Amino acid sequence: MSRPIKPSRRIQALTGGALAALLLAAGCTSNTPESDSSGDSGTKANAASSNDETGETVTIGFSGPAADHGWLAAINSAALAEAEKFDDIELKAAEGTNDPSLQISQIETFINDKVDAIVLLPTDGAALTNVAIKAMDAGIPVINVDREFSSPFAARTTILGDNYGMGVSAGTYACDLIEKNDINDPVIAEIAGIDSLPLTQDRSQGFKDALASCDQTVDNRVAAEFTVESGEEQASNLLQAEPKIDIIWNHDDDQGVGVKAAFDNANRDEFFFIGGAGSANAMRWIQDGEMEATVLYPPTQAADGIRLARLIVQNKGLSDLVQVEVPKRIVLNAPVVTKENVDQYIDQGFES
Amino acid sequence: MDAAREGLPAQATGTDSAGTAPSGRGSGDHGVLGNLMGSSFGRNLGLVVALVLLCLVGIATAGEQFASIDNMLTILRLASVIGVVSIGMTFVITGGGIDLSVGALVALCSVWASTVATQTLANDYHWIVMVSTAVLVGVGAGLVNGLLIAYGRVVPFIATLAMLAGARGLAEIIAQRRTQIIKVDGFREFFGGSVLGVPVLVIMFVLVSVVGWIVLNRTTFGRRTFAVGGNPEAARLAGIKVQRHTVMLYVIVGLCCGIAAVMLMARTTTGSSTHGTLYELDAIAAVVIGGTLLSGGRGTIVGTVFGVLIFTTLSNVFIQNNLSSSAQAVAKGLIIVVAVLLQQRIANRSDGT
Repeated sequence: MSRPIKPSRRIQALTGGALAALLLAAGCTSNTPESDSSGDSGTKANAASSNDETGETVTIGFSGPAADHGWLAAINSAALAEAEKFDDIELKAAEGTNDPSLQISQIETFINDKVDAIVLLPTDGAALTNVAIKAMDAGIPVINVDREFSSPFAARTTILGDNYGMGVSAGTYACDLIEKNDINDPVIAEIAGIDSLPLTQDRSQGFKDALASCDQTVDNRVAAEFTVESGEEQASNLLQAEPKIDIIWNHDDDQGVGVKAAFDNANRDEFFFIGGAGSANAMRWIQDGEMEATVLYPPTQAADGIRLARLIVQNKGLSDLVQVEVPKRIVLNAPVVTKENVDQYIDQGFES
Repeated sequence: MDAAREGLPAQATGTDSAGTAPSGRGSGDHGVLGNLMGSSFGRNLGLVVALVLLCLVGIATAGEQFASIDNMLTILRLASVIGVVSIGMTFVITGGGIDLSVGALVALCSVWASTVATQTLANDYHWIVMVSTAVLVGVGAGLVNGLLIAYGRVVPFIATLAMLAGARGLAEIIAQRRTQIIKVDGFREFFGGSVLGVPVLVIMFVLVSVVGWIVLNRTTFGRRTFAVGGNPEAARLAGIKVQRHTVMLYVIVGLCCGIAAVMLMARTTTGSSTHGTLYELDAIAAVVIGGTLLSGGRGTIVGTVFGVLIFTTLSNVFIQNNLSSSAQAVAKGLIIVVAVLLQQRIANRSDGT
């Protein structure tokens, strides 16, 4: 691990650009904290970091959508729990809301309060862009979580799950299933989330593109609303539209509870059922053999956002990167959880 | 109530010109059977035409897959929950009120009836505990609505708007925004099962509709509902206890929400604070295209049932054809307008003869 390399301008330029890193919780912790970590003075800064040592107190404003959905609830609770772990973080958490104008006023309050950093999971990325730019102009770094702003000037760092990648993972896995099981002319169905959200469109596009690589297309597509009830309704209708389905990808494990209920109500299980997000329910189904796989969309992004905000304010970098500054953009990986590796992920599964 | 009173005389004359005022009901009650059949048939003809057209489109585009018994039962099963809510809504709207809190009440009932405590109790005794919890919560919330409106003199729109926010919030607090999975076996088996091939949910919908029809059209309570909705002042002068009657109407819709919550819990095997989202609008849409007058005084259970079936069939046909939900929303809007226009034409014509 020890790399006695002086961080040069070139390396900074190389790594500082479009850097996509898998951020592991373990990656930020270290065994032997050292006193000096500010990149430009120490040569061992990246080998052993002092990132977790208590530094100057950082006031972080956190605002996210209303936790009316298991994944969002997990996002919020993970963020609050992460802030608790650090003595030098003072967290101001705004009440979760689905109303963009209320969220804008929350951010304005943070700006007036002169917080040191803002971690923001916008209800709608585009709608919150202006106020985020305002915060940045006021010298407050904004960490954009999950739903992206429409301007690159609105955030110091963006950390997000890979929605397109989720679709690709699901599609690639579907292709593997088709090949492995030698399915001729497979019927592939997709149960999407709220269709007007860019994240849903990205997931669907990724799924479509990955399927195209094995010459397949989505035969039936319905869109639910991330709620159990809509999942049940859409899945019930979907099952009636096709007498036999080979593969179903459901974007979201929260609505998946309803989707599963619809399968059980109709006594249908002839297909491979692939989920999305990675709820604890889904992982238990995978263990029980009632579900084939689920594609992970980590609910720890806001928690990572809190950590990044602290590092940025304290002028620290990510200890496992050579680069001395926190990257501009971090895209999380979207692995496929199957019966083989479910034990490895089940602790991260969120209760919906 | 005051606002409703002011608006009502004008509406009542409007109804008279359409010939379907409460008096028309009354005469049908005593008159020849054919007369009643003729008028209600005429009123519902637009809906029948719309539903048949939808089914024809379904058969033309999806063929056997659409016309299969399985699919028909699926449509009916999906229509059941919102159907029961809409029956309750028909009563309040006919009685000159409105209930915006139905979706939130369904959520609250479902959450309250599926808490760990309730489920443990249900496991120890019987799943009937869950059913009665849901129904009691619904009736209780309806009672609060009714008392606020009748005796607190809060406008129905505002009172139930407050309940919409309050009940949904309470549901979130109780459920801690988690989805509560129902593990009481008897419950799922009973409500998820079917009798002679007909899902229990559909049977419940039919029962609620039939009881609703009888109560509205064949009892004093029903006649009083038309009177209170048509002209509360006249109803009061005629000796009807308008306030007590209004409370009863909101209790009825609360009861329907409780029943609907039980059905939804069976359908999804969960209780959740996100259940019943936008039910208030779906129910009002179904009631209104069914031919119930939004300002009260005229109401039809049969029309409401058709209204619900039209919307449920619509989404089924769209999914059968793999069309997007956005196109579905556009079609839904069109259907509301076309059905109401058709209905007015036919009603006017049948009155002319």
